[in-house]
Amino acid sequence: MIVRISDDALARALGADELAEAFAKKGLEVERTSSWGMHWLEPLVEVNGLGWGPVTADRVDEICGGKADDICIGPIAAHPFIAGQQRLTFARAGKTRPTSLDDYEATGGWAGLRRARQIGGAQIVDEVTASGLRGRGGAGFPAGIKWKTVANIPGPQKYIVCNADEGDSGTFADRMVMEGDPYALIEGMAIAGEAVGADQGYIYVRSEYPDAIRKLNEALALCKALIAPFRCEVRVGAGAYVCGEETSLLNSLEGKRGEVRAKPPLPAIEGLFGKPTVVNNVLTLAAVPHILAEGGSAQYGALGIERSKGTMPIQLAGNIKHGGLYETAFGVTLRELIHDIGGGTESGRPVKAVQVGGPLGTYLHPDQFDIKFDYEAYTAADALIGHGGIVVFDDTADMGHMARFAMEFCAAESCGKCTPCRIGAVRGVEIIDRIRAGGRAADAVESQPVMHNASKSGRLPEQEIALLTDLCETMKFGSLCALGGFTPFPVMSALRNWPEDFMPGHEGAVQRVLDRNET
Amino acid sequence: MSTKEQRIGEIVAEHAGREGPLIPILHDVQAELGCVDGETEALLAKALNLSRADIHGVVSFYHDFHAEADPRPEVQICRAEACQARGVEALIASAEKAAGERVKLTTVYCLGLCSAGPSARVGDRLHARLDAKRLASVIENAR
Repeated sequence: MIVRISDDALARALGADELAEAFAKKGLEVERTSSWGMHWLEPLVEVNGLGWGPVTADRVDEICGGKADDICIGPIAAHPFIAGQQRLTFARAGKTRPTSLDDYEATGGWAGLRRARQIGGAQIVDEVTASGLRGRGGAGFPAGIKWKTVANIPGPQKYIVCNADEGDSGTFADRMVMEGDPYALIEGMAIAGEAVGADQGYIYVRSEYPDAIRKLNEALALCKALIAPFRCEVRVGAGAYVCGEETSLLNSLEGKRGEVRAKPPLPAIEGLFGKPTVVNNVLTLAAVPHILAEGGSAQYGALGIERSKGTMPIQLAGNIKHGGLYETAFGVTLRELIHDIGGGTESGRPVKAVQVGGPLGTYLHPDQFDIKFDYEAYTAADALIGHGGIVVFDDTADMGHMARFAMEFCAAESCGKCTPCRIGAVRGVEIIDRIRAGGRAADAVESQPVMHNASKSGRLPEQEIALLTDLCETMKFGSLCALGGFTPFPVMSALRNWPEDFMPGHEGAVQRVLDRNET
Repeated sequence: MSTKEQRIGEIVAEHAGREGPLIPILHDVQAELGCVDGETEALLAKALNLSRADIHGVVSFYHDFHAEADPRPEVQICRAEACQARGVEALIASAEKAAGERVKLTTVYCLGLCSAGPSARVGDRLHARLDAKRLASVIENAR
């Protein structure tokens, strides 16, 4: 009897290690696998395909005897949460031991790299382009086109950089790939290297992910010969959210302050140390081995809708009953994700707001839940898919506070290079505070008799809202990168959808100001 | 040559041949010395043939590097959106009480356990699905 328990960071944070030890003490063989992604059931125990979760140490004896029916979920693979998914990037989730080369090989590992080496760079790029794979980090730029740009630039030194600085709240898919299927990421990087003629790769992992760092280093040591002549190294970040922005990440890799660079030049042309560089997100690179395997490109491209092809590992987080990883083809609606799959809020209260795409993502109102998961559909709705994280809030959330938090976060994490972000975020916090305080009285300078043109009655909250709208426009169009440029999305969407959380009793006034600013 | 200078020289030597080695060096230096203070910055600048301003600029940019050592155990609490949606803010007052002067509480934006928050980190050990009582026990057991 083999007992399978995940060694993913989330399972471990919920006591999976202690549980594994308890089963081992009973004389049972325990295998530590990747996580199935059903986080509300972690720690999940699997015996002969049957699952129990969440398991506590006092239930070990019952499970050994095949009992504990109240927490038994039956065959795991048939669970509706798993059966409803189309897992390509996460095909191995729950099934293999993360750093076992045998398990990886036995589940189709390295087939993509072997084939890539046979067909050569130009055809690799063609197949990635044909699959329709777009950058999963947030921007959604076609991966094939980026690779082609790098491939076409001559030069002896090029780099493959994996952006594993997954700082967005509500996202954990990168972490799950790195901890659960590290070879898939490494294989994807080696294929990218083959495609563009790069022999050095870097994985930039945030320091908040100790388990991912450990497993990647372990995996890289084990597969060194298999990926040679391609070499790869893990670099650990140092707590700066902005280093998830690709140019800032490159500066950090070079050992500099993580300040954003102006584009152009694009990193594809002048990237790491000024050399042509492919910078892709973990999920983009981990999708590549499947695409490069026989027939993978066509299969990938057949999934999804419009220009959003393939699958997206969606992360259900926040106040949601069935949180976890849900990989499915593009086109699924928010309503399906939150209510049918996610089971609504964990607190049992009504859903008030949903933030899609991390701290810089729009707060969507339940009225907008018919929106389909698709890059263009979200852009049209003034929203973004980002890295595919969905954070659910129940009706106790104060959206005025969340808008303030978005500005506060931007102020804390701004790299300081451009003014709209560095100063705008600080002013944004102040303005939101004043709106919520009902405006402000005339200040000492304005009250001076000599200040003829200054208002003597201070500023009304409506005027503060006009100012906030203006500031958000400036940040949106004037910032160098997405941190300053996208912070207005959560702020303005919160203001538009929940004016009562900014000016209780004066929702109409907020609406009038917003309408006036938009015309 | 002081022992500190010698040790820094050794750490720099361990990273010889690496491209852009400053961040990994700073991680190692801080792990060894507890912080990256002004004296260390000057020694690193000398060892790496950079200006002290270059080093200070990098050290002060990143949240992970500190200018002063703090001997207290540290508990990081995630207070990003997903953990807020799961009620972390209501736990802060009691967490601060449990920490007192003995434990240093810091805010972190996201530990990647967003479907099972509130979450906290002590060293390399993570804790999820915390309530006031469990968080207090995490803080009390922090060494």
